[in-house]
Amino acid sequence: MIEVRLHGRGGQGAVTSAELIAVAAINQGKYAQAFPSFGPERRGAPVQAFVRVSEEPIRTREKIYFPDVVLVLDPSLPSIVNVTAGLKEDGLVILNSNKDEKELRKMLGGWQGKLAVVDATKIALEELGLPITNTTMLGAFLKATGLLDQKYLEEALEERFGRLAEKNKKAMARAIKEIKIYQ
Amino acid sequence: MGKRIAKEVSIAVAEAVKQCKVDVIAAYPITPQTHIVEHLSELVANGELDAEYITVESEHSAISACLGSVATGARTFTSTSSQGLALMHEILFIAPALRLPVVMVVANRALSAPISIWNDHGDIMAQRDVGWIQTFAENGQEAVDLVYHAFRVAEDRRVMFPVIVNLDGFNLSHMIEPIELPDQEQVDQYLPPFKPKYKLDPRKPISMGPVGIPEIYTEAKKAQDEAFKNAYKVIVKAWDEFEKIFGRRYRPIETYRMDDAEVALLIMGSLAETAMTAVDKMREAGKKVGLVRIRLWRPFPLRDFVRAVKGVKMLAVIDRALSPGATGGPVAVEVRSALYQVPGRPRIANFIAGLGGRDVTVEDFEEMADKAYFYMKKKPKEPYEMIGVKE
Repeated sequence: MIEVRLHGRGGQGAVTSAELIAVAAINQGKYAQAFPSFGPERRGAPVQAFVRVSEEPIRTREKIYFPDVVLVLDPSLPSIVNVTAGLKEDGLVILNSNKDEKELRKMLGGWQGKLAVVDATKIALEELGLPITNTTMLGAFLKATGLLDQKYLEEALEERFGRLAEKNKKAMARAIKEIKIYQ
Repeated sequence: MGKRIAKEVSIAVAEAVKQCKVDVIAAYPITPQTHIVEHLSELVANGELDAEYITVESEHSAISACLGSVATGARTFTSTSSQGLALMHEILFIAPALRLPVVMVVANRALSAPISIWNDHGDIMAQRDVGWIQTFAENGQEAVDLVYHAFRVAEDRRVMFPVIVNLDGFNLSHMIEPIELPDQEQVDQYLPPFKPKYKLDPRKPISMGPVGIPEIYTEAKKAQDEAFKNAYKVIVKAWDEFEKIFGRRYRPIETYRMDDAEVALLIMGSLAETAMTAVDKMREAGKKVGLVRIRLWRPFPLRDFVRAVKGVKMLAVIDRALSPGATGGPVAVEVRSALYQVPGRPRIANFIAGLGGRDVTVEDFEEMADKAYFYMKKKPKEPYEMIGVKE
């Protein structure tokens, strides 16, 4: 079972991203749970969302304390939220940033584990005309984890966004291409 | 056969209600409401569901409108939570006494104060004695399946009682997970049209809800109580029928790894899944721990329950609600009373856990089982204790 924690700011679509990962996984025949961090939602405030993906039926309703993957939608979050909290030693951090590896590792409190970075804000601005990075970061998630089939994620985008899906699919495809993965 | 989809449980429940072809939905649309009635309002507005959707000014009005509606022979649904359910309290007693088979889904959440929007069973335990049939779902699939079952049972002429389907707020109501939605033909096969024997009709006037003077009140209550107890058979039969059509089997009480169990965890609702994982872990470590889950809470399935815990030395009852000053949480009080006359009954340790959205982890369940083992040798000092309290 893979447990994922998403960090975003209220309104950036972290919850939607979690949902889309779960939808794609389930449509692919896997089992999944997606849930928000239950609480009052405030636009712009740091928020979290969670996903579990498994080959077997999932038999827990616990919160996720020790994620395998952390996906961060907003470039300003790693300096104000401890995004690696509880992350497993062999876990993976996926960031939206235009900074270099060294600077990012420093920002993450010296995180030595797996790291993947894409400038999702730039891609989103160019492809969608908005700094909403959630679908771009799904491309980063897809590439960095290898957990999902792109086809199912695209179908989930189509179902969710209708005619806006094309642009989002393009943003996702660019993230798949432009992502940098450091071991 | 049905379709496996990824849906938020609330949305799936609304889809199930749609498949039940309800005629009327009356609901208070804002906090503490869920996506269940929000999605139903969309389905009605866009013409996918041919029903009357009544938006009212309070939950008290919502349930009142439901009673009036079902009295005319219309299949009727509502949903609420927490403080909203509390506001319905006065009217809830009237539905079973008038034999009005409304179906309501309650997303179980804590009651104020402190203000909480999170999950526990405080809201529904305050409605224990209203006389509705009550079931508790463990996961999204079961929540959906219990909706079909609720309408089928409620409207059965041998029953004619309202039904509450309980699902854990947030833990289930806001969870996206795989759910198999059956085909419409299957639902139609399972759920016949609602044809009450008596209904409000201006062409054939009758009175409902007259005064019960002391000479008849007791008899009216006796009749209600007998009918309620008799509903048990129909409830179980409706699950048998469900299995034939949909392939999933439900019983009033579920057990997990109970063969040779010395200690049994007892719980209602979605945390039973976490408890199962804890049981697996403890079994691997050689501890004889099992799990009992109550699906049918009212009418309480006494015989099934006694059978399920036979041979157990210690029952660790996990309550999701507090009954201040009582001799235990509501579930513990119930089962202690149920077992009192049973020879060789297990002893009981009672834990209050998961109040107001507090997470209950696998480790918490292990701790409770360990305590139960300890209490086998040494009697607990208090009749119940709270788990996970920060010092």
